[in-house]
Amino acid sequence: MSTIAPGRPGPGSQLDRQDERLKDRSGIAGSIRAFVDRIRSGDLGSLPVVVGLAVIWTIFQSLNPIFLSPNNLINMLFDCSTVGIISLGIVCVLMVGEIDLSVGSVSGLASALLGVLWVQWGWPVTLAILAALAAGFIIGTAYATLFNRVGMPSFVSTLSGLLAFLGLQLYILGPTGSINLPYDSPLVDFGQLLVMPHAVAHVLAALPGIVVLVAGIRTARRRKEAGLSGRSTGGILFQAAAITAALELIVWYLNFARGVPWMFGLFVGLVVTMNYALKRTQWGRSMTAVGGNREAARRAGVNVPVIYASAFALCATFAAAGGILSAARLASSSQQAGTGDVNLNAIAAAVIGGTSLFGGRGSAYSALLGIIVIQSIASGLTLLDLSSSLRYMITGGVLAVAVIVDSLARRSRMSHGRA
Amino acid sequence: MMESAAANPAPQGRPVLSLKSISKNFGAVAALTDVDLDIYPGEIVALVGDNGAGKSTLIKILAGAHEPTSGTISFEDRPVTLPNPSAALKLGIATVFQDLALCENLDVVANIFLGRELGPAQLDEVTMEVRAWKLLSELAARIPSVREPVASLSGGQRQTVAIARSLLMEPRVILLDEPTAALGVAQTAEVLNLIERVRDRGLGVVMISHNMEDVMAVADRIVVLRLGRNNGVFSPTASHHELVSAITGADDNAVSRRAGRRARSSESEIQP
Repeated sequence: MSTIAPGRPGPGSQLDRQDERLKDRSGIAGSIRAFVDRIRSGDLGSLPVVVGLAVIWTIFQSLNPIFLSPNNLINMLFDCSTVGIISLGIVCVLMVGEIDLSVGSVSGLASALLGVLWVQWGWPVTLAILAALAAGFIIGTAYATLFNRVGMPSFVSTLSGLLAFLGLQLYILGPTGSINLPYDSPLVDFGQLLVMPHAVAHVLAALPGIVVLVAGIRTARRRKEAGLSGRSTGGILFQAAAITAALELIVWYLNFARGVPWMFGLFVGLVVTMNYALKRTQWGRSMTAVGGNREAARRAGVNVPVIYASAFALCATFAAAGGILSAARLASSSQQAGTGDVNLNAIAAAVIGGTSLFGGRGSAYSALLGIIVIQSIASGLTLLDLSSSLRYMITGGVLAVAVIVDSLARRSRMSHGRA
Repeated sequence: MMESAAANPAPQGRPVLSLKSISKNFGAVAALTDVDLDIYPGEIVALVGDNGAGKSTLIKILAGAHEPTSGTISFEDRPVTLPNPSAALKLGIATVFQDLALCENLDVVANIFLGRELGPAQLDEVTMEVRAWKLLSELAARIPSVREPVASLSGGQRQTVAIARSLLMEPRVILLDEPTAALGVAQTAEVLNLIERVRDRGLGVVMISHNMEDVMAVADRIVVLRLGRNNGVFSPTASHHELVSAITGADDNAVSRRAGRRARSSESEIQP
């Protein structure tokens, strides 16, 4: 057998560092250069949203000094959590390159179901919540069936769902149109008041740093044992310390007022779970593959219909969960729930956060970042006493800018070979 | 390169895959009629023929995409049926289609392991990366980083990734559909080297190509199909003229007349 030995004057003996064309990107200076290269090639990640957030916060803080006060921030976190969870579902459907336009109506339907089953029919609250979630799951499965079996574009099926489920919401709420949820119930408490004890919040804020440290060192050691290049311990330590410092600082600041809402904790927990599922499991890899090249995924043995079904079902279930939480936040199930800008905000948040409308690129964290941007704008404009007409126009403008950035970045990625 | 198989065009041992009088009809059209084909381990069989000669139909039958109307397929002396692509894959017949079907947004490791990831609930990225590097270095493939998205790779490198992916399942036979189409000169040479190394691993390689130069450069046997029938088996030392005659079915045709004209005119240039 002939062995070909191409010139291999690699900079090290590591398996993945042997090609002389590879630039050395180790160390802090190397990481910065790699980061700049990535941005210039159009792989923006969450950079635009971080920059945008800084701009928005600076503007609103200079217009109204209450904006960044702990109390206002805590209110924002309560408001973020409801639409944010809906947006997390949107990330799932966008990952496979589809869309769900009916999340607002589904969330409204879930809140109506909760009100009717719990308050009017006297079901236990957990059962009513489960029923509302199940309704979301069934709706998502129905979209997936239409998509997989009939080939109905998700754009159309969910657009008709938008109208149909809004109608169903109005129908089951009946002529009164609004059901008040009991104020002293744990659910309303959770949606309006419940915050973490200060010490608990500090402990929870320390967790991500510890996880980054332990997992980072373990991965680096495994990679070195396997003969691959690994991150330096210093770099991991630095990252973990930076994350911990930032989170502890935020918690410390919020603890001047009530503290961190449990509802926001739930939202962040779901985001972290979804991020793990999308990045570190076979299911998530299949989702990304289907969004990137459906035919390639099918030929590689990915069960494409099941992947689509999981995306649609998750999206509608998350929408129902968001609807339940917003009912808890408002302490009522009303005809207005899920209407207006809920739909657009949820989709805009995912896109603003950096999940591509074209499929195959995105992250669960984009729901978190995007909804903070949207809520900041809404809260800032409310503080300025601006009418909702202006709020709609500005949010619409921000969405347009986000999609323009996404489209331009995509074009740049293609020309730099990073699709 | 040290060539051992090419020096001896007569295949030895038992064929790993053997087709006997395969026919395939699409309605009234006979795409293949009584085609025989043997593939031995460690040889490259080039399948050539004009458009509509039945090359693609034959490849699709071997890949399990079509079922033959009649005839028998034996794999390692056992008669087998190939009702679907996964049956062919399970048996050890891997196919690399012309449109490589890679996910451009995923990196090389993710593409090689797509659908066969290690650790479904917690991806074992380290082991996958090590295996990907091993596979690529066995093929002497020159891919700078397996953590770059496939979109950043050249056409030849993508072909390499597609072939490496098909080798992951340890197949016995690999089918390549136009592996050098749309590649530049250097990249074509790279892919031809790669195909020889796949052969040297002991696999039977079937390669469809329209490019006679590539076929002559790499094949151990050249099987010619014409209008859905066998039209001769040639060694790579056969003349271009012989091959073209077998492919077009006539001694006197547009290609051979043109070649003859050019040969005469170049002779007259050398000897004025």
